[in-house]
Amino acid sequence: MSVTIKSMAEYAAGGETPEVLFWVGCAGSFDRRAQRITKAFAQILDKVGVKFAILGKEEMCTGDPARRAGNEFLFQMMAYNNIQTLNGYNVKKIVTACPHCFNILRNEYPALGGNYEVIHHTMFLQQLLNDGRIRIKEGGAFKGKKITYHDSCYLGRGNGIYEAPRAVLETLDVELVEMKRCKTNGMCCGAGGAQMFKEEEPGTTRINFDRAAEAVGTGANIIAANCPFCTTMLTDGVKNQEKEDDIKVMDIAEMVALSLAE
Amino acid sequence: MHLIQQLLFIICAGIAVAFFSRNAIKIRRNINLGREEDLNDNKSARWKNMLLLALGQKKMFKRPVPAFLHLAVYAGFIIINIEILEIFLDGISGRHRLFAPFIGSLYPFLIGFFEILAALVLVSCVIFLIRRNLLRLHRLNMKELNGWPKSDANLILITEIILMTLFLTMNTADLVLQSRHIEHYTTTTPFWITSHFTSLLSHMSDGALMGLERTCWWLHIIGIFAFLNYLPYSKHLHIILAFPNAYYARLEPQGKLENMPAIQNEVLYMMKPEMAPPPAEGEQAHQRFGAKDITDLSWKNLLDAYSCTECGRCTTVCPANVTGKKLSPRKIMMDTRDRMEEVGHNIDKNKTFVDDGKSLVNDYITVEELRACTSCQACVEACPVSIDPLDIIVELRRYLVMEESNAPQEWNLMFGNIENNMAPWKFSPDDRDSWVNEMSNS
Ligand code: SF4
Ligand code: SF4
Repeated sequence: MSVTIKSMAEYAAGGETPEVLFWVGCAGSFDRRAQRITKAFAQILDKVGVKFAILGKEEMCTGDPARRAGNEFLFQMMAYNNIQTLNGYNVKKIVTACPHCFNILRNEYPALGGNYEVIHHTMFLQQLLNDGRIRIKEGGAFKGKKITYHDSCYLGRGNGIYEAPRAVLETLDVELVEMKRCKTNGMCCGAGGAQMFKEEEPGTTRINFDRAAEAVGTGANIIAANCPFCTTMLTDGVKNQEKEDDIKVMDIAEMVALSLAE
Repeated sequence: MHLIQQLLFIICAGIAVAFFSRNAIKIRRNINLGREEDLNDNKSARWKNMLLLALGQKKMFKRPVPAFLHLAVYAGFIIINIEILEIFLDGISGRHRLFAPFIGSLYPFLIGFFEILAALVLVSCVIFLIRRNLLRLHRLNMKELNGWPKSDANLILITEIILMTLFLTMNTADLVLQSRHIEHYTTTTPFWITSHFTSLLSHMSDGALMGLERTCWWLHIIGIFAFLNYLPYSKHLHIILAFPNAYYARLEPQGKLENMPAIQNEVLYMMKPEMAPPPAEGEQAHQRFGAKDITDLSWKNLLDAYSCTECGRCTTVCPANVTGKKLSPRKIMMDTRDRMEEVGHNIDKNKTFVDDGKSLVNDYITVEELRACTSCQACVEACPVSIDPLDIIVELRRYLVMEESNAPQEWNLMFGNIENNMAPWKFSPDDRDSWVNEMSNS
């Protein structure tokens, strides 16, 4: 299936305004695994006829890893440039498949003059499902499958969004099994706070190994995630448990994309 | 005789209150060593937080067993204070059970209620001691609690048990004396709990009973005064500071980091030099970025440190700590308080702070601890008294990176990539939308 995706610049050149800007994020743009999530989400938007744009080459890192590592200068520089671009296109609404981008765009850009309605892709999927714009096929690929859901820190605790992703999973008719540490008590995958970009400090085990072991312990066939970094971390953790043949780590968007009604 | 007791009491009370006030003023001064931060917006949400989190102990109920025991001790503590008021007024006026004639039949009901609470406090404290010392709950026996913190916790529990025992013994002796119609011992109807124990004391003479009653009364009230003055040195300060701390808790989403307007402006002037203000006369004092010591932290961070109960709920949910890293959010709070006390003593001694060559970073909290944080906010979420350890961690990290250029090599690479390739990895910015082509070609 061929999908044509237009950039903000292309919309502007045609004198048109898209419904929403899809903020892809660095992982979603460059990381091979995360690109599959990006494509799945873009495919859903295209299929249900949401008029969306991307920034394309004009998008830059939000500055999240720099800020959380302590490099405020670099963060402010990235934020300044991104806000110039976003305000230049008069962007009103942003959807992103990365909870780190979501958190920083939603909570931290306003103080710098970047005010947008920012939603996470799981929230958008829930809205599209509620509005009947996304229709799920009967007896889809995940019907009755045992699924456990991993709350990312920045969607969950960071912004209090626990229900939207679960509501989306429910429409897929899955059997949702919760881990002991879930929702407000959810355990980190180990990637946040710029940890993704360095080796862990010495300890007894790795954070993603600990978390993946808990997820595997639920007996689920699929670990559903909402973040490209969690997806990577948990995939590695499942490998560490030597369960990669039985248990898949999938983003919720990928699951929805596989379940769309014809 | 009464007059001497009255005088003695007034002297004791005066000393206790004066001493406590002196320490309270010092604590206030230490908290004000922190940076200013305006936390007076949205008053209604703040009052609500105080009612729910401090008075209602909402977050405690995530763990029902300690929550219930703690509630018993806490309710006992607050409500028995009404009785302390009477004891206090009795002490000053030289009367006995001053309130009894005024509230009549309600009085034994009230005292009975206090007795039940006292018994509950007693039992709860015994269970707490068992959990700490015999069952050795992991969170209450971690390395960072060795020494004073452990003794502090046990001492307070033992004191509570002694105080409650004194209170109940006093009432029992009182009841026996009442039944003998001794003058001064106002007759009330029997109290709910102690009335079952009067036979234990009935063999004693009037004089011995009066001696016992007075001794218990005195030890009890002196114990209360001592307790009050012990608070400033103890984690039990939280019984007072949990309230302001809940009130001043940040109201924003937990995921949000505080902005740094100074750096925001520097970057703005760099991008748009025409907006920069003309250079000020002379060298401007460089404002430190991030926090090296407690004086660089916000006053709220410091209030947090004084409010910490050392319960370790934060540390048991910290992903770094549970996987064996050195980071413990509880230790971050304890270190901040210890350093603040040290700076406070330094000021007491020298009138103003004299550089002691130490700082919160390195001397108390190591770089290794700071590096291990994933900014997951589990500690913030878990804390029953609205403390934000993550905020301190971020401030210290900011100092390390921006003032000392102290970052692991991998982070420096990441910073370089963001600066040059606009992404944390070494990819060409031109490939940012290559996935789009893959989609339209498939
Ligand atoms: S935010 Fe940092 S200190 Fe707090 S629980 Fe998470 S990793 Fe631990
Ligand atoms: S910061 Fe909060 S949760 Fe952690 S030990 Fe102190 S009071 Fe307990």
